[in-house]
Amino acid sequence: MPATIAFTVNGQQKSVSTNPARPLLDVLREDLQLTGTKFGCGEARCGACSVLLDGKRVFSCQTPVSKAEGKTVLTIEGLATGEKLHPVQDAFLAENAFQCGYCTAGMIMCAVELLNETPHPTDEEIITGMSRNVCRCCSYTSIIKAVRRAAGK
Amino acid sequence: MIRDMSLEEILAQPDSGAEDQLPLVGEALQAELGRRSFVKMVLGAGLLITVTSYAEEPDDPPPRRGGGRGGGRANVSARVHFGKDGIVTVLTGKVEAGQGARAELSQGAAEELRVPLSQLQLVMSDTGLVPDDGITAGSGSTPRTMPEIRRGCAAAREIVLGIAAKKWNVERNTLEIRDGKISHAESKRELTYADIASEDQGKAFDIGVPDNTTLSLVKDWKILGVPAARPNGRAIVTGKHGYPSDIQRPGLQYGKVLRAPSYGASLKSIDTDVVKEMKDVTIVHEGSFVGVVAPTSYAADAALTAIAKTAKWDTPPHVSSKNLYDYLRKNANVPKNPFADDVAKADKTLRQTYLVPYVQHTPMEPRAAVAEWKDGNLTVWTGTQNPFGARGSLAQAFNIGADKVRVIVPDFGGGFGGKHSPDAHIEAARLAKTAGKPVQVRWTRAEEFTWAYFRPAGVIDAEASLDNKGKITSWFFININSGRSAVETPYRCKNRCNSVGSKGPLREGSYRALASTANTFARESFMDELADAAKIDPLEFRLAHLDDGRLRAVLEHAAKKFDWAARVKKKDPALGVGLACGTEKASFVAACAEVAIKDSEISVRHVCQAFDCGVILNPANLTSQIQGAIIMGLGPALREEMIFEDGRMMNASLSEYLVPRFRDVPTIDVELVNRSDQPAVGAGETPIIAIAPAIANAVFHATGQRLRQLPLRLAGAAK
Repeated sequence: MPATIAFTVNGQQKSVSTNPARPLLDVLREDLQLTGTKFGCGEARCGACSVLLDGKRVFSCQTPVSKAEGKTVLTIEGLATGEKLHPVQDAFLAENAFQCGYCTAGMIMCAVELLNETPHPTDEEIITGMSRNVCRCCSYTSIIKAVRRAAGK
Repeated sequence: MIRDMSLEEILAQPDSGAEDQLPLVGEALQAELGRRSFVKMVLGAGLLITVTSYAEEPDDPPPRRGGGRGGGRANVSARVHFGKDGIVTVLTGKVEAGQGARAELSQGAAEELRVPLSQLQLVMSDTGLVPDDGITAGSGSTPRTMPEIRRGCAAAREIVLGIAAKKWNVERNTLEIRDGKISHAESKRELTYADIASEDQGKAFDIGVPDNTTLSLVKDWKILGVPAARPNGRAIVTGKHGYPSDIQRPGLQYGKVLRAPSYGASLKSIDTDVVKEMKDVTIVHEGSFVGVVAPTSYAADAALTAIAKTAKWDTPPHVSSKNLYDYLRKNANVPKNPFADDVAKADKTLRQTYLVPYVQHTPMEPRAAVAEWKDGNLTVWTGTQNPFGARGSLAQAFNIGADKVRVIVPDFGGGFGGKHSPDAHIEAARLAKTAGKPVQVRWTRAEEFTWAYFRPAGVIDAEASLDNKGKITSWFFININSGRSAVETPYRCKNRCNSVGSKGPLREGSYRALASTANTFARESFMDELADAAKIDPLEFRLAHLDDGRLRAVLEHAAKKFDWAARVKKKDPALGVGLACGTEKASFVAACAEVAIKDSEISVRHVCQAFDCGVILNPANLTSQIQGAIIMGLGPALREEMIFEDGRMMNASLSEYLVPRFRDVPTIDVELVNRSDQPAVGAGETPIIAIAPAIANAVFHATGQRLRQLPLRLAGAAK
């Protein structure tokens, strides 16, 4: 049975009428055409689907859209302010911290939450904080550098 | 014939492009000329130059797998468009899957066109627009496509210089090009590419690469040889870049395809009526192909699950992974060692077998395609390393001409050799045809692990004899099933190295470096065992048998940087060091690794790898590729293997198939050996081949245990 679920995405009020069990990831990508958030595994094991729900990183592939009711969702598309990139986005560019880039949105969203919680993380804290995200091009070394760089600001 | 015309004669032609100007062209080139007007339409007003290189022999350049490479002896080297806005567009049939082709080919083109990167755009892998540069695989873009594009751009540059010279009535050699601007010093006149494109817009030239076309010398490089950021970096970090699975089309639907429960299973019966009440769901049932199309992927999945419950299958027996190696050996014709006499008479002999399982590429983006039919024409967006091959497969699948199919390959989320095959795009096209709407098919991770293809498993036998001075007197090396890449030994000794086929039970295909990983694992482990038998240091033992100067150089370089001499002397059961080296596709790699052993768990703490691929085109990308290859290689070395039972894949998920993560990353020293006197060759594959044996050798150094099976596991390790 479809339900109406209202939530804010990147500062905009949205209301969708859909099966509440549908993954938030699907609703973002298929209903709202916000394709920046990616499907990697569907089992919350790779982080490509990471978005911030009320500021906390969730795996949108395993988050039913009903859980977003009344909450704020921040996706990769909502990070920059106009032409001005978020410091984490800038850092990823400066450090060349991606190759195919498919994991990058998830990495950035995870790093944004990590740095919001821990503005000056140690390397160990960065590794622990990012450890649920996978990169198959294995750009891990430069991603760690990018997070360090963003923290340095 | 146009290639016999002087530049002046070419420029004197009226707006060219009439097919009659190129009498000896193959069919594909004809098609490409027809494509030219489409290119002009898409890129807008400006000047279009198509440069053709004529091969001397039918076999030169080397034949490519997959897509066609032009007919006859003519190949399009480059298609260059000069826009009125000053943007120069170069078109290439190569794809970008993270390996850095977009940046590198842009650099090569910009260098020869003498234009800053900001003024150049590279259009890749759209079969409607670009030349057929063959499959993106085999580390071929750097040694083959790059020189073609550079030659083509150099020829295009000469055409434009010719136009300017004609306009100003001066000699061409009095002109200079810099930053897309042509200047005549004496008269202080200037013309930009934009100016020329505006004045000569609508013209199109089809020329051959003049014999005297020279490429920029390494010492003059301004754009090549330096780090260049990926051109679409901003689109990636803002989520704006559209990967194949992101493509939106009006009325887009989502498709899912029924999969068999096990390998070789055949469908006996199915009841698709169970979903006939489901709103907006279209069923496609053609023989054993069963699929659904729905307005959301969730609905498609629900429909498919309901249908799948009704399916009855014949499931034949299938070998399980626990019997894999016996099965491979039993089904192979393994030759006997021709050096049996040497072995019988030798001071020391050694015979070992090494085992390498199936692994999967696990690209971050699973296979995906969007297909759309319109008036009998098919457009498909997909992540494939083989755009023209995909076009051919689609044309064949639907019995239509290739000219009715357009394959567009957006930069996609990883290939690693795993996206050569016709799959998601054929499925999407089939579903779209019946549904009458554009359809997206995106495989799940489980489908990717089960129904894609795998790096072949292998059983490798090695036997060698040593004299009493520690010199190898014979070497016999046979790879069963996984292939012949790097099966030859670089070490000086009488040798017979070969690969023989078997009946690999899973679908097999390319994976980064092909069999070089298996063969280098076996060879470098075996060399280490021989060194130990001879009581000689592993580095010294290798150098004593190595004549290849470039391989020696990387080995010595890595060992020195790693401080091998000091570290190998330390005896510590919890810390070991090992090294390995190899060469493939004209590049050279050597790695030293330090491993820590704790509770029988192996962790890699430090890797120092030296790599020589000739002159370096983009050091930043090269470093990324090498780091990436080392870390990716940790997976098959320590944890990755496909486990299958009775035809079912048992670990088809990221929770069970353990790829390398942040925690696994060692300290990595990448030593780039820049041989600017050598031609540039590819670097996407060879950097992965030395890591597994370096680790295995380090484990032996620490524990005295020789592990001959991948993934490496010590007895007592947690499963």
